[in-house]
Amino acid sequence: MYVYDQYDQKIVDERVSQFRDQTNRFLEGKITEAEFLPLRLQNGLYLQRQAPMLRIAVPYGLLNSLQLRKLADISRKYDKGYAHISTRQNVQLNWPALAEVPDILEELAAVEMHAIQTSGNCIRNTTTDQFAGVACDELEDPRPYCEIIRQWSTLHPEFAFLPRKFKIAVCGTEQDRAAIHHHDIGIELLANAQGEVGLKIIAGGGQGRTPAIGSVICEWLDKKHMLTYLEAILRVYNQHGRRDNKYKARIKILVKAMGVDAFRDAVAAEWTAIKDGPTTLTNEEILRARAFFKLPDYEILDGEVASAQLTEQTVQNPIFGNWIKRNTENHRTPGYRIVTISLKATGFAPGDISAEQLELLADLSDTYSFGEARSTHQQNLVLADVPTACLLEFWERLQAAGLATPNIGYLTDIICCPGGDYCALANAKSLPVAEAIQSRFEDLDYVYDLGPLELNISGCMNACGHHHIGHIGVLGVDKKGQEFYQVCLGGSQAKDASIGKILGPSFQQADMPDVIDTILSTYVALRQEEETFLDTYRRVGIEPFKERVYASAN
Amino acid sequence: MPLLIKNGCITEDTWQPVNQDSGHATHDQVATLEQWQQLADKNGSAVQLKPGESPAALYDYLDQIALVLVNFPAFADGRGFSYARDLRERGYSGELRAGGHFIRDQLTYLKRCGFDAFQLADDKALEDALTSLEDFSEHYQASIDQPLPLFRRR
Repeated sequence: MYVYDQYDQKIVDERVSQFRDQTNRFLEGKITEAEFLPLRLQNGLYLQRQAPMLRIAVPYGLLNSLQLRKLADISRKYDKGYAHISTRQNVQLNWPALAEVPDILEELAAVEMHAIQTSGNCIRNTTTDQFAGVACDELEDPRPYCEIIRQWSTLHPEFAFLPRKFKIAVCGTEQDRAAIHHHDIGIELLANAQGEVGLKIIAGGGQGRTPAIGSVICEWLDKKHMLTYLEAILRVYNQHGRRDNKYKARIKILVKAMGVDAFRDAVAAEWTAIKDGPTTLTNEEILRARAFFKLPDYEILDGEVASAQLTEQTVQNPIFGNWIKRNTENHRTPGYRIVTISLKATGFAPGDISAEQLELLADLSDTYSFGEARSTHQQNLVLADVPTACLLEFWERLQAAGLATPNIGYLTDIICCPGGDYCALANAKSLPVAEAIQSRFEDLDYVYDLGPLELNISGCMNACGHHHIGHIGVLGVDKKGQEFYQVCLGGSQAKDASIGKILGPSFQQADMPDVIDTILSTYVALRQEEETFLDTYRRVGIEPFKERVYASAN
Repeated sequence: MPLLIKNGCITEDTWQPVNQDSGHATHDQVATLEQWQQLADKNGSAVQLKPGESPAALYDYLDQIALVLVNFPAFADGRGFSYARDLRERGYSGELRAGGHFIRDQLTYLKRCGFDAFQLADDKALEDALTSLEDFSEHYQASIDQPLPLFRRR
């Protein structure tokens, strides 16, 4: 993974000092609340219902074991002994004290971490495919480009006060596990007709109040132009994005208002002025970034022998076998598998992880996976390079720590924001809804029979729980001071991107498990052969679901 | 006379404010864009831009203008950062001043975008604000005061 040199370290250290000074001035009353707001947000600090929330950046989801241990330490020392993985692959602490945040940032800087631009109207943490570099279907590892974007976007002088937040995602597969169509800018590494890998640039996607699927702004761009082209897009947005209404301030609204062609022309005009300038990437810089993500020292293993041995173990131990089937993926190197560790056990907030669990994963990553881990936008963790021969002992240690829930990609692997229990923006609680649904569907055979199913829950329109792009989405709404839940169906975050359609009037919290049950039984009754939930929905449309849900509600 | 930070020092402002409602501005005043457009002689002139007023109107006179004042009515409105970079990248070399309600914590960003003068709402805050100009000694991006991005200097 990327390692700081003296420049990176200096920038992060100076940022800590700057924020310490800003916090002191605020506590002394020398900065107003309104002035401190963007300063603290650009350091990831929210003032929430119970306490401040600190969002720590995990650039494109990559963590090493030292960082995992530091996060465990910090969560014990400054918080309540647990942390939360967010849908932007970041880590959140829910209970720090404002006056201690500069100390936390200083501790983070010691392990090459920070909280820069994890909130505020600026360029946020760039995200990517959690299987980057090890996925079988990958054209090229997207992480070097994410790191180049991270550096370019960090403390960018021109783009710190944008109309609204700005999110970029990069992926190196056609399949798209990074939801690039739902970002302000999505980038896909793509080969042109000559086989040269460049960048497809998509802009104007997003979730929130007005969800939109991004439009292709450039079919293929030479990699060396990546930063100047991004800069041109940001310049058009910074100057022309709406600032009169925060719900209409995202780039998706500007792209719609101008029309894709006019937007593309405006970007081209800005780009002409800076194209081939000093910000043009050099070959050396691309190679330098790539060198940090070269393949680890894999052992040369016989993949067939390893598979045969694994099969034997899974036959002898069906519970282990089930976990292998649900939570591990093929790796591009023979004799290794990718493991996803579910943070979606019933009874725990989705994405929450204790200090002890963080430390266990640090140990496991050191022993089995080259000392690295990844966070996912589905709020799980990945150890990407586990030797197949070690999986049984690996699983036994996970099981002992409550980390072996075999539900990756299934109904109970719910994406869920912290919601009204923590977040000051929320209209409704989301965690109790997730737990009620997980509790209702404890029968794993039924859950597996339903096939791949993404159920996403957000506590408000800001859509941190990605409800628009869940196959089933749940949105908390406030109706005259009462919490209600709206359901949408048919969203997809993948290559076949789509935005869910609202089923109808919203429901009370207590009814949600029944409503989900009816939706699922409707699917089971209507599905043909191997159809997934999304396939069936796309074939039959929303009406049959609507009829049954509202008939049984009356 | 009001004070401001110019080229890293606190100095007196020699330009006169303008009556925004008056049809005309004199040559020692910082004219609104509309007033400035009516000036027959733009040599040595001063003009202010509000958010939403494109710097494109100034492109033909960049070698004649002595002062461009970019106004920040609200500090969170960041359009002025792009206006400054645009003007500097097109070769404007006169005084580029930030005015209005920006805050000292934005000074390094403003400076990097090409501003060389800063007029804070509160004169008394200038001394403290000077220290904010030194918040960072290294940057990743190319900027007006450092034309090479870090990756070309590492």
